[in-house]
Amino acid sequence: MTAVGTDQRQQLAYVATQAADARLNVEIETEGMTLNIGPQHPATHGTLRLVARLDGEQVVEAEPIMGYMHRGYEKLAEVRTYPQVTTLINRIDWLGSFANEVPFILAAEKLMEVEAPPRAQWIRTVLFELSRIANITLFLGDMAVQLGALTPVFMAFRDREFVLNQIEAATGGRFHPNFDRIGGLKDDLPKGWIDDTRQVMEKMRDFCDEFEELVLGNEIFEARTRGIGIVPADVGLAYGLSGANIRASGVDWDLRRDGHEALAYDQVDWKVWTHPDGDSFARYWVRLQETREATHIVDQLLDGLPSGPIMAKVPRIIKVPAGEAYAATENPLGEMGYYVVSKGDLVPFRVKIRSASFSNISITPWLLKGVYVPDIITILASLYFILGDIDR
Amino acid sequence: MTGAAVMTSLLAAEVPYWASTIIKLGVVALVIPTAALMLGYVFLMKMMSFMQSRLGPMEAGPYGTLQLLADGLKFLQKEDIFPAKADRTVFALAPLVVLVSTFLIYVVIPTGPDAVVAQLDVGIFYALAVSSLSVVGILMAGWASANKYALMGGLRAAGQLIAYELPLVLAVMGVVIQAGTLDLQKIVTAQAEGEIFGWGGIGNPFILTQFVGFFIFLVAVQAETTQPPFDMPVAESEIVGGYQVEYTGFRFLFFFMGEFGTAFAFAALAAVLFLGGWALPWGDLEHWAFNIAGPVIMLVKVMAVSALIFWFRFTYPRLREDQLQRLAWKFLIPLSLVNIVVTGIFKVVL
Repeated sequence: MTAVGTDQRQQLAYVATQAADARLNVEIETEGMTLNIGPQHPATHGTLRLVARLDGEQVVEAEPIMGYMHRGYEKLAEVRTYPQVTTLINRIDWLGSFANEVPFILAAEKLMEVEAPPRAQWIRTVLFELSRIANITLFLGDMAVQLGALTPVFMAFRDREFVLNQIEAATGGRFHPNFDRIGGLKDDLPKGWIDDTRQVMEKMRDFCDEFEELVLGNEIFEARTRGIGIVPADVGLAYGLSGANIRASGVDWDLRRDGHEALAYDQVDWKVWTHPDGDSFARYWVRLQETREATHIVDQLLDGLPSGPIMAKVPRIIKVPAGEAYAATENPLGEMGYYVVSKGDLVPFRVKIRSASFSNISITPWLLKGVYVPDIITILASLYFILGDIDR
Repeated sequence: MTGAAVMTSLLAAEVPYWASTIIKLGVVALVIPTAALMLGYVFLMKMMSFMQSRLGPMEAGPYGTLQLLADGLKFLQKEDIFPAKADRTVFALAPLVVLVSTFLIYVVIPTGPDAVVAQLDVGIFYALAVSSLSVVGILMAGWASANKYALMGGLRAAGQLIAYELPLVLAVMGVVIQAGTLDLQKIVTAQAEGEIFGWGGIGNPFILTQFVGFFIFLVAVQAETTQPPFDMPVAESEIVGGYQVEYTGFRFLFFFMGEFGTAFAFAALAAVLFLGGWALPWGDLEHWAFNIAGPVIMLVKVMAVSALIFWFRFTYPRLREDQLQRLAWKFLIPLSLVNIVVTGIFKVVL
């Protein structure tokens, strides 16, 4: 996925022009056009650059170029102590930041061979699902605004606020909670939080119902998304897609159910949503259903929240024994994993971050061949990446 | 439309030709910024905000009413930038061409028995003809900007405006057949004096018989003014504003005024063609008081039609270019042709 050299690109461009002409069977000499979408473009959620070779409005080939927002978190983590690392990795997927902390903490806990007490695990799961709702709510509005409907995004921001308020009430951070600790959580839930959260979940279910009518029920939305950007299950798996992107292609795979991390998902009754179509509409549909399912998960977890401590016995100064561990969870954007190598020091020796968006975006060259320019936006929006999650 | 329009018409008989011409020029020059500001404030800022559960501008003036004036002042202060490779003359002229086409529509819109700038026998034909001039300006803007996004936007606009010119004209044909004239003033009179099966209580506004035409007209207007769901030429999330992408400051404001001014003009045309224009179905249509009441009546109707136009704008996502063309050629044009045939049959039978 690295940028190719100028000579090579010119060569590619020439080949693409020839191919485009041959395909259209034209005899006049037409010249293709190279369009730079990004790094500053409203549809790229940040600084993704897409070099698209166009034939009229049709894409001959498109290549994503990333790295404009590289912040070097893997390297920075090597000079931070374990508790400090969570502050950094909060900012990877900034819309669902609590979910970023969990797999790293789980990996560290594996190395230290401690396990968080049940109450901490349950609250972790609750907050995990809340950040999923906060994240995907924004996608539900943002996809509509990419397709030109202005109103849904404001509704999404409005209702997302309720969830952010709950996260803030519990953790003190609206965007970057930094709440997860090795061996448990920083604090217990505040008084009255559980009832408030139940009400918020009620509101979010209303929000999902509203969006099902407002966006999914819209004919133009259907016309713009049905059959656009179809990812067959085998191709999606080959490119390493994960999360709702692969579930929308009919692959029934969800780390919340299929993973083995110490979270409370196996304690509640819930469903993994899939869709057979694999197009942009399916991806939107699956995410909407997952948001609603997440509210049910939260409700059930709050009903059965066990009592007890929220912190296991861990030393005051955390030294992680030497070893290697990998933990992956089903984050809002897909599978997020941390491979942590420790040499028995205060700081990790190496942290490899497997972020979902990086793999999800790798399918774009395959997916964007032959689509029209407006469909580029639809497909990018429906694949749902966050630049911080791509570049890290 | 404004008090000045009434003044013009009242004075028109007594003042010399040059003076009335100057007054008329002043009126038209005033109406467009006023109309653009009014629509921009009432619909773009307030109605849209309320639909999206926010307040909109609240600080500039009471209830934010002066926000657009403040924005205009801000635009005036902006640096006038020409892109390095732009064709400077064409680039500078393009917004003016768009604005001129908007100005020209207002010339024939009647707001009272005498309150009209120029009463043409082919009024509606003229209005639709000059409204399509704007595509020239948009193409100029797209080409002269020397920007790929602008070029794509300009080409999209050209394709779209040409495709939707046809349903627009065909939708109006039904009204023309029914009224038997192209003169906008006479279309108004025909509606005010018309009867529904012998009952003249509310006249015969053509929306009752030409509801299909009204629907097609509104859809085509939506496309002509490049508003969602037909805003591909300026799609922000795809081609970043299209032909407007390189424009700053006052030139950008010209495009803005052109867009909203045209929306207002088309709403006024719809009010004249389908809703009875400035007239009320009772009272003497030649009475001088209609020169004062007419603009107010028109304004109410125009705002009602604009509310519809902007309601669509804030509700729907955008279509794709090919879907837009399909809608125009495979649905709207056949439908309007059927409408004309049916209208013709009724005209002959009744």
